[in-house]
Amino acid sequence: MLDLRGLRLMRNGFQFAADLSIEPGARIAVIGPSGSGKSTLLSVIGGFLAPDAGSVAWQGADLSAVSPGQRPVSFLFQDQNLFPHLTIGQNIGLGLRPDLRLNRRQREDVEHVIAQVGLQGMSTRRPAELSGGQQSRVALARVLLRARPILLLDEPFAALGPALKAEMLKLLGDIATRTDATVLMVTHDPADARSFADRTILVDDGKVHPPAPTNELLESPPPGLRAYLGQ
Amino acid sequence: MASGVLALRRDAAGIAVAAALAALILGTLAAVAWQARGLSALQSWDWRAVWFTIWQAALSAALSAGLAVPVARAFARRRFPGRALLVTLLGAPFILPVIVAIMGLIAVFGRTGAINEALRAVGIGEFSVYGWQGVVLAHVFFNLPLSIRLILQGWQSIPVERFRLADSLGFGPADTARHLEWPMLRGVLPGIWLAVFLVCLTSFTVALALGGGPAATTVELAIYQAFRFDFDLGRAAALGLVQIALSLGALVLSRRMATAVAFGTGLDLAHGPVGPRGWRRAMDAVAILAAALFLLCPIGAVILQGLPRIPDLPTEVWAATLRSICMALISASIAAALCLALALTIAKTSNGWLEAAGMLPLVASPLVLGTGLFIMLRAHVAIDDLALPVTALINAVMALPFGLRALIPAARSLRADYGRLADSLNMTGLARLRLLTLPRLAAPLGFSTGLAAALAMGDLGVIALFATDQPTLPLKLYQLMNSYRMTDASACAVLLMSISFALFWLFDRGGRLA
Repeated sequence: MLDLRGLRLMRNGFQFAADLSIEPGARIAVIGPSGSGKSTLLSVIGGFLAPDAGSVAWQGADLSAVSPGQRPVSFLFQDQNLFPHLTIGQNIGLGLRPDLRLNRRQREDVEHVIAQVGLQGMSTRRPAELSGGQQSRVALARVLLRARPILLLDEPFAALGPALKAEMLKLLGDIATRTDATVLMVTHDPADARSFADRTILVDDGKVHPPAPTNELLESPPPGLRAYLGQ
Repeated sequence: MASGVLALRRDAAGIAVAAALAALILGTLAAVAWQARGLSALQSWDWRAVWFTIWQAALSAALSAGLAVPVARAFARRRFPGRALLVTLLGAPFILPVIVAIMGLIAVFGRTGAINEALRAVGIGEFSVYGWQGVVLAHVFFNLPLSIRLILQGWQSIPVERFRLADSLGFGPADTARHLEWPMLRGVLPGIWLAVFLVCLTSFTVALALGGGPAATTVELAIYQAFRFDFDLGRAAALGLVQIALSLGALVLSRRMATAVAFGTGLDLAHGPVGPRGWRRAMDAVAILAAALFLLCPIGAVILQGLPRIPDLPTEVWAATLRSICMALISASIAAALCLALALTIAKTSNGWLEAAGMLPLVASPLVLGTGLFIMLRAHVAIDDLALPVTALINAVMALPFGLRALIPAARSLRADYGRLADSLNMTGLARLRLLTLPRLAAPLGFSTGLAAALAMGDLGVIALFATDQPTLPLKLYQLMNSYRMTDASACAVLLMSISFALFWLFDRGGRLA
């Protein structure tokens, strides 16, 4: 269980509040207008922002004092998911050891996930030599290798075209299934929410609503979401 | 709370550097102030030095900024082969050892130089390179290129659309000057004047070699003389207080004005205003040619005189060379480490106090720091043992503000771009330094380290104060000059200049290739 207990955050007159629980293994879309607090929600769970009050707990353990890199969390950002000066293999290897002193077994694991995301033979290339879709695959390969129980995605595929995005969502689904991950994915696109997540969290003006079934929410949206969707 | 302690521990390096820097500089200043016990030790001679320091700096700054205007305008509106190279060369005086330039100026403007030969030939009196006019001449030599680059930047900051609009409205050159160029110059010139004024305020080497006497002694030189010849620590300290007050005053003044950055980039622009034809074209050519001759002839003269002599240099010169290179490398390493630790913490915490600590060296002058360190350490260490370590340390500290200017913006964008990714992957400590920080900051770090190495290599400030039987190369050069062994001194100058440029090039290039 991922528990957000009485989370409160004040920033420049913006008030953020969340109080909810998420089942392990759930796939949840996070949707809402720009500036409503979607990224804030992910940043607090990921440990990049400390709440003024309340706590984040995973399986009953309070994460407040745990640094971002030691939380049971993998994070995919909007961009800058790869270090441009490191090779694909190194970028993925960081998921196993942040100092990259990998043993032979670990190096084999890296090659293995590279093959699994369809990038065989590319481990010595640098990110700039890859297409946008391939770069997303590299980031997903690292998620697969780290196999953390919580996966947070902040619109990581927003820059990809529709076909590529669908492909990435499918790959993401496979990886989430294989690692039993609880997934929270911020998205601007209701279609992403429908295709990937059976439940959706609506964030509106700093208020985080509990997860609701995606289809119901999108078919009879509350006023804030309706305005956002343009209905 | 726990995370607060954790965060503090991770920022410890930067905070420790800032604290050490503040302790070093404020501590030495306190030692100077305590030793001085007010300004009563100052005699009328010393007040003349204060007055000379101010007016020569004001005059040097006005001449540098004023003469730079026509040259910068010529560079802005003309395109010719070699233009990019010339503009790049204008950045070189920043790392040219002062004593080398002085050798060059003596070669050209000295008694037997080309200028005086010509003056004698036409029957006009001689120009003496010694005295106040020599001091001002040398300051213009160093600061004219800097001013040209900064004004050129101002010119390039005028959108090219404005010039096109001016053309379409049928503006003549006078109209363009009035509506586009003068407003820009009014904006940039005060800042440039002040930047040069600040540099000339703490001038030591130039005054040491070309000035002196009642009419041409700067405060820095007076500190040196009080310390070295009169061994009057109280007076040296009182002069140090005056020097600090002067620097502080100028810094406060510069806070109120938008000051120009220390070294302009001013490179190429593909588009730009089209220069007017006719006599203005000839005038621009004269401006560029005159500036180029003024800057290149002295260096060329030193090279011509010194290069053939290098193989015959006495062994003690080679010993001094080796000593200088070691000292410069140590100094540059200290500067790089301090700069990196400070820049990373400043980028992370955006703490104004830390940034202020990094800029503290601008308040202190090398001679004031040297005097203060001597006052604090004289009871514990022999003066001869102090010379090289203190020189390495002070040069590292003095290079910090310039290094930080290059490194802080880079560290900030590194943090903005990859900070969260590295945090989320738990990259900390040495692993983060090795895999992320050093590779990504290699270019600005290489530039800063190269700058520090070149400045330390060419420095003749603190080492002259402590002058020992173990001279550095610039001090050796100065000693050769003083014993009128000018050919040997020229050879030394060529050597010193080559090594300074080579050190800068090696680090800068190495950083960009990494």
